[in-house]
Amino acid sequence: MRWVNRHASRSERILLGSLPILSLVLLYLFAAAQRHAANPVDKILPLPASMARSMYALMFQADQLSGQFVFWVDTLASLQRLGLGLGIATVTALIVGLVLGVLPPVRATLGPLVTGIAVIPPIALLPILFIALGLGETAKVALIVIGIAPVMVRDIAAHVAALPAEQIVKAQTLGASSWQIMIRVALPQAMPRLIQTVRLSLGPAWVFLISAEAIASDVGLGYRIFLVRRYLSMDVIIPYVAWIALLAILMDVMLARLSKRGFPWAHGASH
Amino acid sequence: MSDHPAPILSLQNVWVEYGDKIVLEKVDLDIAEGSFVSIIGPSGAGKSSLLRLILGQERPTRGKIMLDGRPLAPECGPDRGVVFQRYSVFPHLSVLGNTVFGLECEQAPLLARLFGFARRAATAEATEMLNAVGLGNSLHQYPAQLSGGMQQRLAIAQALIKRPRILLLDEPFGALDPGIRADMHGLIKQLWRDYALTIIMVTHDIREAFTLGTRVLALDKRRHDPHAPHRFGATAVYDLALRGDADPAAAEALSVSLNQVSSS
Repeated sequence: MRWVNRHASRSERILLGSLPILSLVLLYLFAAAQRHAANPVDKILPLPASMARSMYALMFQADQLSGQFVFWVDTLASLQRLGLGLGIATVTALIVGLVLGVLPPVRATLGPLVTGIAVIPPIALLPILFIALGLGETAKVALIVIGIAPVMVRDIAAHVAALPAEQIVKAQTLGASSWQIMIRVALPQAMPRLIQTVRLSLGPAWVFLISAEAIASDVGLGYRIFLVRRYLSMDVIIPYVAWIALLAILMDVMLARLSKRGFPWAHGASH
Repeated sequence: MSDHPAPILSLQNVWVEYGDKIVLEKVDLDIAEGSFVSIIGPSGAGKSSLLRLILGQERPTRGKIMLDGRPLAPECGPDRGVVFQRYSVFPHLSVLGNTVFGLECEQAPLLARLFGFARRAATAEATEMLNAVGLGNSLHQYPAQLSGGMQQRLAIAQALIKRPRILLLDEPFGALDPGIRADMHGLIKQLWRDYALTIIMVTHDIREAFTLGTRVLALDKRRHDPHAPHRFGATAVYDLALRGDADPAAAEALSVSLNQVSSS
């Protein structure tokens, strides 16, 4: 049988999918055990027990200086920045993308500007943001927005502009105005694409969040990782990275569910 | 065909040119109210251009188009309904939603949504129209769940609910199976009679043009320059008025001569 025709069943897929992950974990444990056999206080590849100990302290013991549960405060601060950034970027992408996609004069006016902004590396703007907005929350949220919004805007605009011309003509023969075409024809059809775009932007959003936190912050997941790096605290860094990955996967799954639940017509016959 | 003094649609010396390429030249055409005009012709003879002109999607380079004695606005409007071969319905709206949309646009300029009594009245009107095209049992399905023929029925109902002065059909049955196509022919003929429609249909299918039309227009180039084929445009080379059921012999003769035209 050809490989292109070998479709795995559900249980096979779970088994196959977990194989590489499990082997990576095993490889790590083996390497860590090796290092600890040679040097019991090795910090580079900590054993699960020491990671659990450090994380327990961060999660359930109040910090002696601040009296806070560091892990949860970090998580909350990062999620707040990420949520604000993603939210503002998403709303911007929807409104600007829709207007750019539907109205040719607006596309002619603002298209080049959006393209121009989109090609600037956002990290290069970080100093400007810090100078203009200070070192507070605003600059970090702004970095996320500037980092992901232009690409999202362009994606939504392109998707809306690519709606079949027949649909737009048909809507006009049904008496729809530009505004009505925008809210009743283009907007609903842009929504599944918007969710898709947010899912794809989650990765870059995290990158910009961690960058901003690493450079100037006093709380946050990225801040903590870069702080404990000074003490080679791999027993904190590795669980933090795993936690970030878990949060990102959860968000992705939730968005995928939302799209299927909210816009069944966009997901084939299953409605 | 009745002899109305004032035609519903009138094209006077209409030319369509793209750069130095001439697509349509000197098209003079009067279309009487209540007629069913089939437009045939070889590929590239400007059938679709002519339809886009009447639809308002394109402007003529020269000439005038009059609808009900007034110059045609250079954009699409609710007085001209259209059914395309594909993409005529909105994938994100149910069958009912697709049909109500035209009423919502008219009655609710800001939200394009109706509520309460207005909504019930619009739903009732749309349901009646959907029953007329045979979609009464699929009100809450989405277009992706419908067959090609049912999607075209929906597109027709959607257009008819606006009571357009002219219904334009752009190869509406071209993508359908022969059996379904025959059903659709019956349906459109019946709707044409019941709603006293004026229909202009572009088709590739000569048999279809003669079974449905009360008048058949064949577009082609009258003149042909082998060194610059794009410099002459197409116009109506045949204009046949049919009475009642088409004379099969005449249709056969025309189809033979048309085939010669298109293969020459």
